[in-house]
Amino acid sequence: MEDLTKNKIQNLIDSNPVMVFMKGTKLMPQCGFSNNVVQILNSLGIAFNTFDVLSDFEIREGIKEYSSWPTIPQVYLKGEFLGGSDILIEMYNSGTLKEKIEIELAS
Amino acid sequence: MTTKKEVINLIKQKIAHSEVFVENLKGDDHLQVTVISSEFNGLSLVKQHQLVYSALKEELASEAIHALALKTETPN
Repeated sequence: MEDLTKNKIQNLIDSNPVMVFMKGTKLMPQCGFSNNVVQILNSLGIAFNTFDVLSDFEIREGIKEYSSWPTIPQVYLKGEFLGGSDILIEMYNSGTLKEKIEIELAS
Repeated sequence: MTTKKEVINLIKQKIAHSEVFVENLKGDDHLQVTVISSEFNGLSLVKQHQLVYSALKEELASEAIHALALKTETPN
């Protein structure tokens, strides 16, 4: 991955407390997995920022390397990789997601 | 395209003492995979999933597997 790409990724993650790398946008997700994450965060009333990886091939590939995670979407909370669609769904269903995000955002 | 059997073998090679279940979600490149292994004990969910993904790294990179719904569990 080029430094420029890595810096862009780092900057997005550092400047947005809840950052989602996804296919499409909040209003028009282009993939069911990305849509899952948007719906979950919306339903919990959590403010989040998104980056559409379909708009930037370097970021799309770079983010997979950054987190050693081969799929999109990817959710970052306060600079830490939180998980993809499956983990978000699991945390949502077990009721731990909202608490985890609120605690991190408050600290 | 990667067959279910190939996916099961790749995961079993990587993760010892694992039980692996694979179902097709929508066509052969969308898979639902469940892995149960004692190797997951003490690992965070992210680390558990990363372990499974590492077994399927090439298949995911080449998009032979486009999407994977993954569930990991430890045996009870």
